Amino acid sequence: MSVLESKIPEGPLKDKWTKHKNDINLVNPANKRNIDVIVIGTGLAGGSAAATLAELGYNVKTFCYQDSPRRAHSIAAQGGINASKNYQGDGDSDYRLFYDTVKGGDYRSREANVYRLAEVSGNIIDQCVAQGVPFAREYGGLLDNRSFGGVLVSRTFYAKGQTGQQLLLGAYSAMNRQINRGKIQSFNRHEMMDLVLVDGKARGIIARNMVTGEIERHSAHAVVLASGGYGNVFFLSTNAMGSNVMAAWRAHRRGAYFANPCYTQIHPTCIPVSGEHQSKLTLMSESLRNDGRIWVPKKKEDAIAIREGKKKPTELSEEERDYYLERRYPAFGNLVPRDVASRAAKERCDAGFGVNKTGEAVFLDFASAIKRYGKEAAFSSGNKNASEAEIIKLGKEVVEAKYGNLFQMYQKIVDQNPYETPMMIYPAVHYTMGGLWVDYNLQTTIPGCYAAGEANFSDHGANRLGASALMQGLADGYFVLPYTIGDYLSKDIRTGKIPTDSPEFDAAEKDVKDKISKLMNASGKHSVDYYHKKLGKIMWNKCGMARNAQGLQEALDEIKELREDFWANVKVPGAAEGKNAELEKAGRVADFLELGELFAKDALHRNESCGGHFREEYQTEEGEALRDDENFKYVAAWEYKGNPRDAQLHKEELDFKNIELKTRSYK
Amino acid sequence: MKLTLKIWRQENANAKGKMVTYPIDGVEGDMSFLEMLDVLNEDLINKGEEPVEFDHDCREGICGACSLQINGEPHGPDKLVTTCQLHMRSFKDGDTIVIEPFRAKAFPVVKDLIVDRGAFDRIQQAGGYVSVNTSGNTIDANSIPVNKHDADDSFAAATCIGCGACVAACKNASAMLFTSAKVSQYALLPQGQVEATERVQNMVRQMDLEGFGNCSNTGACEIECPKGISLENIARMNREYMSATSKG
Repeated sequence: MSVLESKIPEGPLKDKWTKHKNDINLVNPANKRNIDVIVIGTGLAGGSAAATLAELGYNVKTFCYQDSPRRAHSIAAQGGINASKNYQGDGDSDYRLFYDTVKGGDYRSREANVYRLAEVSGNIIDQCVAQGVPFAREYGGLLDNRSFGGVLVSRTFYAKGQTGQQLLLGAYSAMNRQINRGKIQSFNRHEMMDLVLVDGKARGIIARNMVTGEIERHSAHAVVLASGGYGNVFFLSTNAMGSNVMAAWRAHRRGAYFANPCYTQIHPTCIPVSGEHQSKLTLMSESLRNDGRIWVPKKKEDAIAIREGKKKPTELSEEERDYYLERRYPAFGNLVPRDVASRAAKERCDAGFGVNKTGEAVFLDFASAIKRYGKEAAFSSGNKNASEAEIIKLGKEVVEAKYGNLFQMYQKIVDQNPYETPMMIYPAVHYTMGGLWVDYNLQTTIPGCYAAGEANFSDHGANRLGASALMQGLADGYFVLPYTIGDYLSKDIRTGKIPTDSPEFDAAEKDVKDKISKLMNASGKHSVDYYHKKLGKIMWNKCGMARNAQGLQEALDEIKELREDFWANVKVPGAAEGKNAELEKAGRVADFLELGELFAKDALHRNESCGGHFREEYQTEEGEALRDDENFKYVAAWEYKGNPRDAQLHKEELDFKNIELKTRSYK
Repeated sequence: MKLTLKIWRQENANAKGKMVTYPIDGVEGDMSFLEMLDVLNEDLINKGEEPVEFDHDCREGICGACSLQINGEPHGPDKLVTTCQLHMRSFKDGDTIVIEPFRAKAFPVVKDLIVDRGAFDRIQQAGGYVSVNTSGNTIDANSIPVNKHDADDSFAAATCIGCGACVAACKNASAMLFTSAKVSQYALLPQGQVEATERVQNMVRQMDLEGFGNCSNTGACEIECPKGISLENIARMNREYMSATSKG
């Protein structure tokens, strides 16, 4: 029944990519000059793809909604980028990085893609260093590494807490070089409104110039979607305010299958919501869980007293605290994986033990780390009988050296001093593993339409490991796509320029204009944010960290109802001509209102728990995720059929030849 | 708290702008400055008025999209923060807050508080890169050792977020701090040496073409920079420029 062809090359795992590169067709340099490629999004995947494609000789047009390509949300990534360089000599290898990634994804990713990712990872670091990306270095002048969650080696390269920024500015500089050569035309403050298909192939886009409001036609021989993830379907997330699913969703409506939409990563250590006015959430690095202990009060009345400000957390004795992760997971304690830590926090808060005014926060406490480090510091400096005050003073200095910038950021936002009182944290939506289905060549089910980076589904399975998003974005853009797209474009060398005055462009432009005028002319009862917030609440409560069939069924109906209300009653002030932030938001929320329903449908159909997808009905006696490899060891790719709930399922069976499937345990 | 906002409203680049006064109530200290504007906008939309447009995206101080001249200071009264990380607890009940776009000839207003900072992109396009091919045939990363001190200084310069506060703070609307940060990043690394001569000349030429003013060393840019980019970078760029032009 399946029409999904993954196009994984034959041969042993480690030879597949090399063999494939040798087998695929190339385009000669003179012909490349006659071929146009459109790239949507200028983050790590889009920026790097655009730069490399332009360097190879193609004519590239990039589109981003920001005022400059440099502001794409890859810029906000903090921790680092993985690569199997084995500079530390601690036993790392391509295989080990591959293995960790497949296991971390709870065995729901494609072996061949992940191996290729590991294989090119080292090259990314070489490339970035050659471009002048200032990674952290040791005193000997060589690159420094650190360790990240869920692995046993130090393979993470970093630039303080701003690795994403430095890598993105690297890709941006590579783009700038090509813009200066005239090989890239960069369209900023432009939004892709639709994908145009001619004879079943992706041949261009309809874009809106966000400054003038003009609807523009752009043609190309291939279109690359590197437009990021869809975490903002939850309204509150760590994504940028403008991050949206429009490009991917409109391609989906034109025939690109959407894979595993229900796989969402919810990060356990974010600053909690402070009130109804909140617009976005801020991440606190995972590294804090090395030294912080997570707890809530044992007694509900203490939790209530703390919420009402009648009691301070520091007044509670050890016996009155519930270090629930240490209690439930003695082996891993506070260092359980992200999905497990997030669910445990939700469980306590749902049970009424939350500690901030909204009842949705737990404590992350550094008091014992401060004491432990203080004692150590006093002892090693020769002060064998240090007083309590001296110990705490020294301990605070150690903690400040390790996490000072994070503590300062926390204090700025929450206005509390985390050296004196425990931090409050709560899980937040952070990354989406699902995305457009792509084959080994990163081509979607529409010929000539490619997807790269977070916009595709391919490498992280049901859960992404830390420091792997940056790796994937750059691998796709610098090293994979520029090869694979050539194979497709080699058939286009005689096509010539794609005209934009065809009936297909006419029809797509009309669709876009109709949609805009429908939004502008709705009854005008409620603002766009009103609907977005409502959608976010449904998603968070019923499709969030823990899901069940009943809730998902309700979500399906509630989202549909909300969508109908939105189209009838949304209020978009101003005019469609010219800059109009509300119109921009309305278009994005319209798509989220469709995606949300497909998300719920996907989560409802997957009768198992895996990675970030936790179905309450499918858990072990101890409350752990229960996978069902017999029935669900596949990628769920959905075909658009007019209504999100009518989407048709296509399955790509996952074949594990090099890794044995196991259950993860953290007890 | 109750506040009075005086906000620059301008329909588009060609329209004439003016200050408009908006009272706002129910502002909480935990709100960020932009969330306070969200509340105002929601209110304006419900009243059938057009919301105030401003640039913003990541809202965690790193993308460089947000701007705003708040009571005469780029990114407001707090030091080392962008507007999105400024919280309303920095203001008090009854305050009047004047909110304007970043003002500079090279930053024309797009609408309301949004300006066009495309000039910054064009300065980068003139030379803010190392001309290596990106298809992966480079040498091993560790075959280029870099002195840690230089690497750290290069990183510090590279953390510029391109927001434009330096230009808005400068009485001459000079872009020296911005341009010198990029020149410094490469000047401090061996990878940047090969093209050093052309880079600084091209970037400075573009900076002048865009209509930014000259540097008169008042240091306002460094004080208002949300990322603490140091004035030393300007000195370094001047040295690079002198040495480049003396080479011809």
